[in-house]
Amino acid sequence: MDILSNLINGTFVFATALIFASLGGVIGERTGVINLGLEGFMVSGAFSAAVATHYAETAGMGGASPWIGLICAMVVTLIFSGIHALASIKFKANQVISGIVVNLLAASSTFFMVKLLFDGAAETPIIDHVFHKWAIPGLSSIPFLGNAIFTAYPTTYIALILVAVVWFVMYKTPLGLRMRAVGEHPGAADTAGVKVNRIRTYAVLVGGSIAALGGATIALTAGSSFAQSTISGQGFIALAAVIFGKWNPVGAFGASLFFGFAQALKDQAQIYDWAKSIPTEVFYMLPYLMTLLILLFAVGRSSGPSALGEPYDPGKR
Amino acid sequence: MNNVRKLLRSDSIWIPVLSIIIGILIGAIVMLAGGYNPILAYQSLIEKIFGSPYDIGETLRQIVPLILSGLAVAVAFRGGMFNIGVEGQIVMGSLGALMVGNMLDLPPILHGIVAILVGALFGGIWGSLVAIFKVKRGLNEVISCIMLNWIALYISHIVIKTFMAEMGTSRSQPIHDSASIQIAWLSDLFGGARIHWGFFIVIFMLIGYYYYLNRTKWGYELRAVGYNKHAAEYAGMNVSSIAIRTFFISGAIGGLIGTFEILGVFKYMAIAPNTSGIGFDGIAVALLGMNTSVGVLLSGTLFGALYYGAQGMSFGADVPPEVIRMVISIIIFFAAAPAAIRMFLKMFRRKPKREEG
Repeated sequence: MDILSNLINGTFVFATALIFASLGGVIGERTGVINLGLEGFMVSGAFSAAVATHYAETAGMGGASPWIGLICAMVVTLIFSGIHALASIKFKANQVISGIVVNLLAASSTFFMVKLLFDGAAETPIIDHVFHKWAIPGLSSIPFLGNAIFTAYPTTYIALILVAVVWFVMYKTPLGLRMRAVGEHPGAADTAGVKVNRIRTYAVLVGGSIAALGGATIALTAGSSFAQSTISGQGFIALAAVIFGKWNPVGAFGASLFFGFAQALKDQAQIYDWAKSIPTEVFYMLPYLMTLLILLFAVGRSSGPSALGEPYDPGKR
Repeated sequence: MNNVRKLLRSDSIWIPVLSIIIGILIGAIVMLAGGYNPILAYQSLIEKIFGSPYDIGETLRQIVPLILSGLAVAVAFRGGMFNIGVEGQIVMGSLGALMVGNMLDLPPILHGIVAILVGALFGGIWGSLVAIFKVKRGLNEVISCIMLNWIALYISHIVIKTFMAEMGTSRSQPIHDSASIQIAWLSDLFGGARIHWGFFIVIFMLIGYYYYLNRTKWGYELRAVGYNKHAAEYAGMNVSSIAIRTFFISGAIGGLIGTFEILGVFKYMAIAPNTSGIGFDGIAVALLGMNTSVGVLLSGTLFGALYYGAQGMSFGADVPPEVIRMVISIIIFFAAAPAAIRMFLKMFRRKPKREEG
């Protein structure tokens, strides 16, 4: 039983960053803007969280430091999501390319800043005040579930709450209806008086900041600094989770859990003797291979919002 | 002459040129803001590129994979598809070339040729998987590319560790000397820079790319599908098989990148935690080069030279080489968003002389 509850706990730990990033992706893509820049948003989130937390704790903020880091991650990433919004909405650039530009720009400028701020160092100083697992009083003493779910990092709880919030906004409020309409048929939405480009811009900005929380989570829980290896491909996995989850916040949440599970499985399985004969790379490969197979054979044709990738041009029919 | 004048007046030449200028300018501003000397930085960048025969040779070596990667992306682009799986195709190409180079015993020249062909074939098969998934199961090529990139990386690790592990290092055993495609006398001429046959094959491929797209039936079909998939289908073209063929070609070019790096440059394959990034650079090269062979040649040359020269910047002016990556991403930003350039220009030109239609 312990093994199983550890496995579930590990799943949530690994999945948290992906939940944030894929939620951010869902918000932008649902309004019709392809978001290949998730990786860049996560990089910028991890960077600004690590740097802000470092300065906050040097200034004597103590336990509040990582929270300041989280907020800074959301604010700083607006620069990059702003660039993506500007290029893909205002300038009608190819959205895939705009996303790749954001990735390149985020990676290069953050490492430039790290070298500038910390005298040529390759990573930010180690942070002392990172997030620690937090047992919810009462609930955490429930056998099995207490260890599995109710003893997690605060960021995990935030991510879970955010899933519910995004789902509610998207499916139960007029704003959500407008967002989805803009992604499906911007012309019709425009006729009905919805400001297409404004909604898209806000969606990309908000989505970017939420994705940044994913990067911040990695820097403030698993790692305790920001280096070149802190974010390596998680943004792309999150994008896969968006598509795997069929552009639905709950679906993306489920897909993120799946990726988290595959990662946790790798950690748990390595304890056993029978698993030692299997190359570790098989376990690394598993999440990607399983996603591919599931998408190929189980999910069926995945089609996103109809207007995904198309800049809105009012003059065009 | 008329053609030249027309070319100079059209956007297609000014947008890339202006993007490059703006990128370099913003790079200078960033360096100034960071307290560095941009003039010294760019000076040491250029000195690094042209500093010695060795540097010129190594710059050329850096340019080869970028041009190929640009071609791989461009050919898919022209067919209306997006290949961000060049990364994985490079890995598979490297693996194929490494296996032939390390596990087979063949006479010199033949060994290299077989290794190149197998590398290209591995990349091509890996690339065509993307198109097969797309046409058979409707799987978005962006997602399958991403998954296949990682799967390729881990397959290569497993194969290297099982069959060709070099004990105590995180790399494979080297290829046999008979499989090397390095050109010894040319390398000596360039002070030991790693010049290989791939350099000449690239020139041949640039011409081949132009010829294939503009002078063959298959190239015509490819462009037709790229312009309008439905019209092409209505005209009786087999869109599915054209897509698979296009991705095979794209993947084979990607495979060649890895092949040349193994056979001509490194002689071994590293067990790296990440793919090389050359595949993503190819998107930038193709975009700035407007998916034409001359354009890809020029933009690949520019990016290769910038990357190589960046090492000189950190050495000569103490500027982090990341600045060059920023410059490149700004160049792509403006190349991808011509509207941004027009806005940028308007800020300097108060009264436009003539409205452009």
